[in-house]
Amino acid sequence: MTFDALMLQVIAGLATGGIYASLALALVMIYQATHLVNFAQGEMAMFCTYIAWALINAGMPYWGAFVLTVGIAFVFGVLIERLIIRPVENAPVLAVVVVFIGLLVILNSLAGWIFTYTIKSFPSPFGVQPLFGVRFMSPHQLGSIGVTVVVLALLYAFFRFTPLGLAMRAAAQNPESSRLVGIRVGWMLALGWGLAAAVGSIAGMMVAPIVYLDPNMMGGILLYAFAAALLGGIDSPGGAVVGGLVVGVLENVLGAFVIGNELKLVVALVLIIGVLVVRPSGFFGRVHVSRV
Amino acid sequence: MTKRTWAVLAALLVIACVLPFVLSNYRTFQAALVLVYAIALLGLNILTGYNGQISLGHGAFYAIGAYTAAMLMDLAGFPYWATVPVAGAVCLVAGFLFGLPALRLEGLYLALATFALGVSMPQLLKIHQLEKWTGGVQGIVIAKPDAPAFFPSIGLPLNQDQWLYFFILAVTLVMFLLAYNLLHGRVGRALIAIRDQHTAAEVMGINTALYKSLAFGVSALYTGVAGALGAIAVQFVAPDSFNVFLSITFLVGIVVGGLASLPGALYGALFIQFVPNIADEISKAAPWAIFGVFLIAFVYVMPTGVAGAVRILTARRKSP
Amino acid sequence: MLLETKGLHASYGATRVLHGIDFALEEGSITTLLGANGAGKTTTLRALCGMVKTSGEVRFAGKRVDGRATEDIVRLGVAHVPDGRGTFAQLSTEENLRLGAYTRKDKAAVQEDLERMYGYFPRLKERRRQQAGTLSGGEQQMLAVSRALMLRPKLLLLDEPSFGLAPLVVQELFGILRTVNEKERVSMLVVEQNAAMALDLADRAYLIETGRVVLSGQADEIKRDDAVRRSYLGY
Repeated sequence: MTFDALMLQVIAGLATGGIYASLALALVMIYQATHLVNFAQGEMAMFCTYIAWALINAGMPYWGAFVLTVGIAFVFGVLIERLIIRPVENAPVLAVVVVFIGLLVILNSLAGWIFTYTIKSFPSPFGVQPLFGVRFMSPHQLGSIGVTVVVLALLYAFFRFTPLGLAMRAAAQNPESSRLVGIRVGWMLALGWGLAAAVGSIAGMMVAPIVYLDPNMMGGILLYAFAAALLGGIDSPGGAVVGGLVVGVLENVLGAFVIGNELKLVVALVLIIGVLVVRPSGFFGRVHVSRV
Repeated sequence: MTKRTWAVLAALLVIACVLPFVLSNYRTFQAALVLVYAIALLGLNILTGYNGQISLGHGAFYAIGAYTAAMLMDLAGFPYWATVPVAGAVCLVAGFLFGLPALRLEGLYLALATFALGVSMPQLLKIHQLEKWTGGVQGIVIAKPDAPAFFPSIGLPLNQDQWLYFFILAVTLVMFLLAYNLLHGRVGRALIAIRDQHTAAEVMGINTALYKSLAFGVSALYTGVAGALGAIAVQFVAPDSFNVFLSITFLVGIVVGGLASLPGALYGALFIQFVPNIADEISKAAPWAIFGVFLIAFVYVMPTGVAGAVRILTARRKSP
Repeated sequence: MLLETKGLHASYGATRVLHGIDFALEEGSITTLLGANGAGKTTTLRALCGMVKTSGEVRFAGKRVDGRATEDIVRLGVAHVPDGRGTFAQLSTEENLRLGAYTRKDKAAVQEDLERMYGYFPRLKERRRQQAGTLSGGEQQMLAVSRALMLRPKLLLLDEPSFGLAPLVVQELFGILRTVNEKERVSMLVVEQNAAMALDLADRAYLIETGRVVLSGQADEIKRDDAVRRSYLGY
């Protein structure tokens, strides 16, 4: 294992890590607002990526399809929250989990039915020539990192500096007080889902050129996103980002030098169980004390 | 149990015994699979329905049972019937061991951890270093057992499918009987108490940690036994059949069949065995779309499952 | 009358807590709701804001508001400083204040009001970027009141503002409430256990016992009436 080889894997890890970070961020956003883990996040992202594929296939230029898909994903997320999740928001945990799994399964089979199970290739908008003269990363890797950074920066700015972002943060932290200042908490939840779905769709479109488009493409990636979110702290957006990068690098480095490519999901499993058992609040999350 | 329930069960038993002689071999095989799934669903129900611990990864225990049976038959020459208790024992230990760290995990987090287990199971089964035991990607093929010589000798020639059916039926009866005793006694009440009022149960002196881990172990045992029987019936184990969708299938089974209900396991097994058969005609994606819709619909409309509906209907007829 | 209730009943689930509250609040006045623990004072405020299941009439500025969602009642100009302060603990002091003005569209005036709050409570200005959860009890109470005032409400509801505060701090706070009431014509309904201080601040008082109004009158009359004070207010 030479230093160069290690660096290559670390960089590749950062590129995929950015994708995991985006998906993990979507998970954290929904968790912060609802204390629910969206098991269907991966399938939602996959389905939206298929929509992008269909648009591109129909002749739309890549970036046009990209933007339109993000918009569609946003609306999709809002609708799912209002129509399917809202009725069970306060139901027992098992009921909610079952609904999420139902959603996962429906989206997966819908994608298979509409778009068939044949594996498709999904274009990368970054071309084949080295971008900006950078040679140690593929253009897609560099491009993915760029897109991830832009998305994260936009989200951060939105939540930190806009009134709506502030209201959404408030609604997630303290719904009752939020109502007392006039915030329509229900709609904040729906918006949160919309944003999470939009971010997820971007993750899907960045990962599809690498793993090829297929209804089951997000299963393993969702697992990594879970591991990343837990590692960083399921209620910490910053933690999700750091967790995503760490998981991406770990996956690549361990996969290349220690355990081989076939056991990558097992790494995610070990990470998830390890974090849950050893330090459930992750590195940056808050420790929850439940009052008896 | 009331006299009426005994009568119904006796009638069902008679029907069950007659079935293999009136159905084709393939249908008998399907009926055997229904029984196998019923045992698996009973296992999941013990954990999730009666004890409230959510598992999205029970396919893993089914896989462990199946592989235990296959490896014992393939590598150690065990007779098929001996592999079943061994598979059960292995899964009891595996479940208990998984249940220990799971003690610290509540609802959603446990669902997450078991989901991870379910998703990564195929990869675990394909581990390169274990290939000479697990058969790697191709899995293991096992021979179909013959009916013991006893039966033709008394003039009752049973073919392989019929014998397998009766063998599985016998195991099913034993498993259900054991579960009935377990769940209707002190243990069952403790499990339900832990599910409904965890803190109160602890304060009352119930050793919740022990019961919860045991619930995991016993639940895994049941699903593992089902896995072993399933492997013997299907004559084949391979990693990719034990992915997370198997775990989700089990979840569908208990939600549709009815949580915390013994008959629910049977209703659910019928559902998960026959819906794919029928829906497959429509399209490859249809069975899962139906499963998904039923999952959501049952949560909204029939949260007690088919068993709950049956209970309500039969209760109404009794009141004057 | 700015606020009127007629036969207001409220329940938590199956438990009835208010059994027909009738009272009225004049525009520009400060009214106090007194009573022991568990009498139903907090429930009354929550009922006014649509936070519990109610039956009966509630009229604000002549319009019926019973049965409407909290967010909508707030937008009519009712600000509620809840029991426990309801601080957004993880947000900064200034973010808390800005949230108070969330429903307002007049940005320049909001900025003015922000400065005015800092004027009333200079300690909040010192801690404007600090996480609100790390403020002391008294500071959080000032923050809660300021946040409510950022709405430029017509009616301010306060639930036990003196709770857990040193007497001097309470005096400071009540002094500011008086000022706000007189200078900005903000009507107030103050729920209090500390009857003495509340009767000093208020114009009118109502006494609630197990979900019913048992006594009402001018605050200074009640203060002077020894018999009432001793039997109902315990001092």
